[in-house]
Amino acid sequence: MKLRKVTAASAAVLALALSATACGGDDSKDSDSAATAGGGGKIKVGIKYDQPGLGLKEPDGSFSGFDVDVATYLAKELGYEPGQIEFVETKSADRENALARGDVKFIAATYSITDERKQKVDFAGPYLLAHQDLLVKTDSDITKGTDLNGKKLCSVTGSTSAQNVRDTIAPKAQLKEYGGYSECIAALQSGAVDAVTTDDSILAGFAAQDKYKGQFKLAGLKLSNENYGVGVKKGDTETLNKINTALEKMVSDKSWQKAVEANFGPANYQNEPAPTIGNIVK
Amino acid sequence: MPSSYATHPEAREIVFDFLEGYDVLGAFWMTVKLTALSALGSLVWGTLLAAMRVSPVPLMRGFGTAYVNIVRNIPLTVIIVFTSLGLADIFGVTMGAPDNFDVQGFRLAVLGLVAYTSAFVCEALRSGINTVPVGQAEAARAIGLSFSQVLRLVVLPQAFRSVIGPLANVLIALTKNTTVAAAIGVAEAAYLMKEMIENEAQTLAIGAVFALGFVVLTLPTGLILGWLSKRLAVKR
Amino acid sequence: MTSVLYDAPGPRAKRRNALFTVIFLVLLALVAWWVWQTMDDKGQLKWDLWEPFTTSEAWTTYLLPGLGDTLKAAALAMIIALPLGAVFGIARLSDHRWVRLPAAWVVEFFRSIPVLLLMLFANEVYARSGSVGSEDRPLYAVVTGLVLYNASVLAEIVRAGILALPRGQTEAAYAVGLRKGQTMSSILLPQAVTAMLPAIVSQLVVIVKDTALGGVMIGFTELLNTRSTLAANYANVIPSFIVVAVIFIVLNFILTSFASWLERRLRRSKRSTGAVLHEDTVEVNPAAVDGSYGSGAGGAFGGTV
Repeated sequence: MKLRKVTAASAAVLALALSATACGGDDSKDSDSAATAGGGGKIKVGIKYDQPGLGLKEPDGSFSGFDVDVATYLAKELGYEPGQIEFVETKSADRENALARGDVKFIAATYSITDERKQKVDFAGPYLLAHQDLLVKTDSDITKGTDLNGKKLCSVTGSTSAQNVRDTIAPKAQLKEYGGYSECIAALQSGAVDAVTTDDSILAGFAAQDKYKGQFKLAGLKLSNENYGVGVKKGDTETLNKINTALEKMVSDKSWQKAVEANFGPANYQNEPAPTIGNIVK
Repeated sequence: MPSSYATHPEAREIVFDFLEGYDVLGAFWMTVKLTALSALGSLVWGTLLAAMRVSPVPLMRGFGTAYVNIVRNIPLTVIIVFTSLGLADIFGVTMGAPDNFDVQGFRLAVLGLVAYTSAFVCEALRSGINTVPVGQAEAARAIGLSFSQVLRLVVLPQAFRSVIGPLANVLIALTKNTTVAAAIGVAEAAYLMKEMIENEAQTLAIGAVFALGFVVLTLPTGLILGWLSKRLAVKR
Repeated sequence: MTSVLYDAPGPRAKRRNALFTVIFLVLLALVAWWVWQTMDDKGQLKWDLWEPFTTSEAWTTYLLPGLGDTLKAAALAMIIALPLGAVFGIARLSDHRWVRLPAAWVVEFFRSIPVLLLMLFANEVYARSGSVGSEDRPLYAVVTGLVLYNASVLAEIVRAGILALPRGQTEAAYAVGLRKGQTMSSILLPQAVTAMLPAIVSQLVVIVKDTALGGVMIGFTELLNTRSTLAANYANVIPSFIVVAVIFIVLNFILTSFASWLERRLRRSKRSTGAVLHEDTVEVNPAAVDGSYGSGAGGAFGGTV
């Protein structure tokens, strides 16, 4: 009797499993078209979720930041109202793949234009010129790149900023790596590291957060030039051209300046003037 | 790596292009070092935990049980990140290397892996202790051995031999778990793989190379220890 | 509390145990005090770091959706991996070489590759085949990776359970005229599963924890992933990790408690079910199910722990 109960239970589990895979098969069909749909459909845009000032998912579920404003403007120019935009989180390591697979139409996520990346995706823009910089405590005495030798530094695992420090700026610096910038900032706050390095635009956003206000400052070193571009799928010239036109319009109708002031103003971030399309500052 | 392919440029270009400039063997060597040190550490700490869990002191039993049940239920990623973010950054436990992050990260990763894996070693050992017939311990007590003597001289030696199989599983799991150390920047196999995937296009080929590496590391471990466990099994 | 490992304590042993208890207690207290003090020094106990977790937004925007995805992936993986594991475990015991060997290869292969790699592969394969939409792909990839790995481990557990059953069970089944399939499904498998329940449950706990691997590499929005978004907003990295760790502990505690309740029920229902087999044979062992020891475990140190 009891044995049969167990058998019945296993049979039930098996049936559940089959039905689960079956429904899985069903709902996979209709969702595929979403990423590429034009006109009345939705548009998927890749942004960051965890960078205050650039791309951040707010507690109320909305999104804020400069990249978000740029993306919203571009989507509007492509014919999509804000309600039709679906923001997708594209982590740094996944950006090229997300475009190649067609998961998103375009990406505005602190995406620096580099030669390696240009082989895999096409870039519109640039729409912002940022620089690698250091975030240090307000009382820090680090004023130039070579001051970093022998100092402790934090950056995100495998990032180009980390490689820059290691290879050229200060090879003798100690580098701690974490999965996200929030972790690095926490390490800076607790005194475990002397500086956090990445693009100044990103650092400014963190420094401006309420809980950190007044504790940190940017060293203002301009250790590199980071030309933020809008990534589109390789060969998608139509979207690329439309986005370039839209970016020009965004600068000329002052929306660009407004977005800059709204997002970087509170962070006290001295941004570079709007770059011209196709002019990549090496 | 690159030098060995340099003499056959065309072969390199077709098949192993994506390996160029990457120290794959070095990364796997790091994996092996992490595995070996963590295995030793967790064997020691896991045995101590098991001893606590069967000890006459109620508080120690409670601690052992609580430790195992808490640690086993937390994802390893959280534990590893916490060794660096919590232990090192907040509590200043820098593992004797406050000024060298490479060494510090490695030691912290070993510490995290030991803390996690020892819970599984403890449980394997405990089930091993259960396989030792009651008569063995009763006889040992009858000739006047103390608790620690019963455990060290009679019960544990038999228990160890009977749980080589389960311990082999723990070791294999540990080998694969070292990939989580990439989360705090330890340059082992998974760390290099992430870097390569970010720079190169052949995601699947890169994945295959690293998958093969892990098969090469873990399959012999399983086979050798499986053979050992049969040889050393206590015949009853 | 007596045990076969030590005698009932006399006056001296009692004093010694009391001394050990006090020393241990002092050590624990010192560590706890140091942890609290350092956290306080570094400002990690400030209320505004913890305050977000009392707001409903932190939960509805970040933690609960993440927890939902974690649970969804874990539940799907369990539901698929359990029967698949049983099938492969039985296949490895088949009388036919052509069934036994391929099953063995599949199990050994998937057991030796890190789950993270399996997820990455699955993600890439789904992306290329284009059969799965981009929204569902991370979930599919995570579930596929978890199923491949955990079904292999579960197969080994089931196989060990069946092998450990007394030979007489099979012989008796044949003697009353049951066929091979009937013997397996109504005699061997139910007993093996009941006896192996602790090991199976530990594996289910592994599934829940391993969903976290999908967050970093393939952008699955599970709990650890949404935690990082949360921490970027509230600037409370350390507290967010602690809260997420506690959620995982509670989650797995519920899972193991349910399993030990289920096991008690199954064992109570009939002496012979599962009690035929000692828990000693359990390969990956049962932490969770304390107290389940001792029911019919003849030679074991029942009740020691």
